[in-house]
Amino acid sequence: MIMKEYLKNTWEGIWTVLVGMKVTLKHLFVPSVTIQYPDVKMPLPERARNRLYVNMDDCIGCDQCARACPVDCIEIETVKALPTDNLGVTSNGKKKALWVTKFDIDIAKCCYCGLCTYPCPTECIYMTDVYEFSEYKREDLIYNYATLTAQEAEEKKQNYEKFMAEKAAAKAKAAAAKAAQAKTGKPDSTDKK
Amino acid sequence: MYEILYNLTGNEIVTYFVVAALPLFLVVLPFALVAVLAERKVSAHMQDRLGPMRVGYHGILQTVADILKLIQKEDIVIPQADKKLFNLAPYLVFIGSYAVFAALPFSSKFIGTNAEVGVFYILAVSGFVVAGILMGGWASDNKYSLLGAMRSAAQIVSYEIPTALVVLTLVMITGTLNLGTMSEQQTAYFWNWNILGGAGEGIQQILLIPFMVVAFVILFISTLAEVNRTPFDIPEAESELVAGFHTEYSGMKFAMFFLAEYANMFAVSAIITSLLFGGYQSPFGYLGNTLGIPALIPFEQLFWFLSKGIFFVFVQMWLRWTLPRLRVDQLMTVCWKYLIPYAVFNLVIVGIISLI
Repeated sequence: MIMKEYLKNTWEGIWTVLVGMKVTLKHLFVPSVTIQYPDVKMPLPERARNRLYVNMDDCIGCDQCARACPVDCIEIETVKALPTDNLGVTSNGKKKALWVTKFDIDIAKCCYCGLCTYPCPTECIYMTDVYEFSEYKREDLIYNYATLTAQEAEEKKQNYEKFMAEKAAAKAKAAAAKAAQAKTGKPDSTDKK
Repeated sequence: MYEILYNLTGNEIVTYFVVAALPLFLVVLPFALVAVLAERKVSAHMQDRLGPMRVGYHGILQTVADILKLIQKEDIVIPQADKKLFNLAPYLVFIGSYAVFAALPFSSKFIGTNAEVGVFYILAVSGFVVAGILMGGWASDNKYSLLGAMRSAAQIVSYEIPTALVVLTLVMITGTLNLGTMSEQQTAYFWNWNILGGAGEGIQQILLIPFMVVAFVILFISTLAEVNRTPFDIPEAESELVAGFHTEYSGMKFAMFFLAEYANMFAVSAIITSLLFGGYQSPFGYLGNTLGIPALIPFEQLFWFLSKGIFFVFVQMWLRWTLPRLRVDQLMTVCWKYLIPYAVFNLVIVGIISLI
């Protein structure tokens, strides 16, 4: 009995090794399942979420993406355009009324949830299929999408302030004029009280 | 070989040096260069990967790049180490595996020493490897190194017994300890190889075949264990012992261990070849004989010897990527409870057959 088991063990030992060797030999001729990554890339799924991109031509500066972002990685500053400025229209026909002076995305903070892309009324912020964008410095991961230069942004801001100041001045003047007119028009109105 | 060189140079010492260095530069170094890459490629393809692909075409220069890197590496000797032994160990291991090459018959004209005790010399000199491994493990002052070294010593000492018994079996039927003579006896065609009963005649040869196959299996398993290869790599056991006895080694000393491992792989394959698979003999007769150029024959023999050796190295790699590592108790069970009894019975039966 022991002898039988001993021989069975020996036979099984050798036989199972041979079975295993057959499997590995078969795999020696199976084409590899890996790819040469930097040279060859796997196609991404259609709705893959990777690096964000903002098409500034279509951005109306509505700030909805920044408000949707759960990690606050989008920072937007806008300046109202003057009535004389012509900012053009977006590709889906919305009229632009704000100068976008700052549109920063800190991609290092981004969690790739894609929530910013849904509220966008012009579909100008979207996920691309770029996923290789590592940098040596963290600051380099803050992407500036604003098309205006700092100088231009400053200029727009001053223009608007000037416009507002003028408007306020005009309003004050109008109010003063009105007040003056009221004074002269109804002289005894105060007297009654 | 020796005579030719002696006539060429006319100086005994120079001749000895050249003969001693030839296997190193002609076989061991190129073999290690190829085998390291082959190991990675074979393992990769067996796992449906591609392996190194970037240095040269399909990564053929990967080993060269690795060696360049190893040469540049800092040679770290930890302060707690026993420096003398620590520095000596890798060279001792390499000497142990290189000394085996002296008795290997690469071709009928190219054998380091034609000593009559060839196989005995090989069995004896491979003991150097154990000493070197123990030395390295002890001097490293690292528990994993020591554990690996102890395991390695236990393993090599145990597995030398079935190896020696099988070698004895073959010595019995061939009647010589000299590997060169043994290869010579298994002349030309493959039916004269010892695995197919040797160059004997009639009933004896046919009766020997099954026992020679058993001898081959035992010899292959026990030599595989002696060179510490998977599935018998418990001295190195990456997942348990970091890297076993060479955990603390870096740079060229590590490379020395690595080189010794690959030299050892080829050496045991060459021993199996010489003992059972006709040594340097071609399986189909020689082209030199057919064409009438006798000078071609030694080179053909070298080719056959190396191809057979490399084939068995491939089988070792194949096994490495097939089988998981044995536990220590399983390792000892395989040796003491299975290989040794089978080897003894084999020895007895072959003895009886050779009396017929």
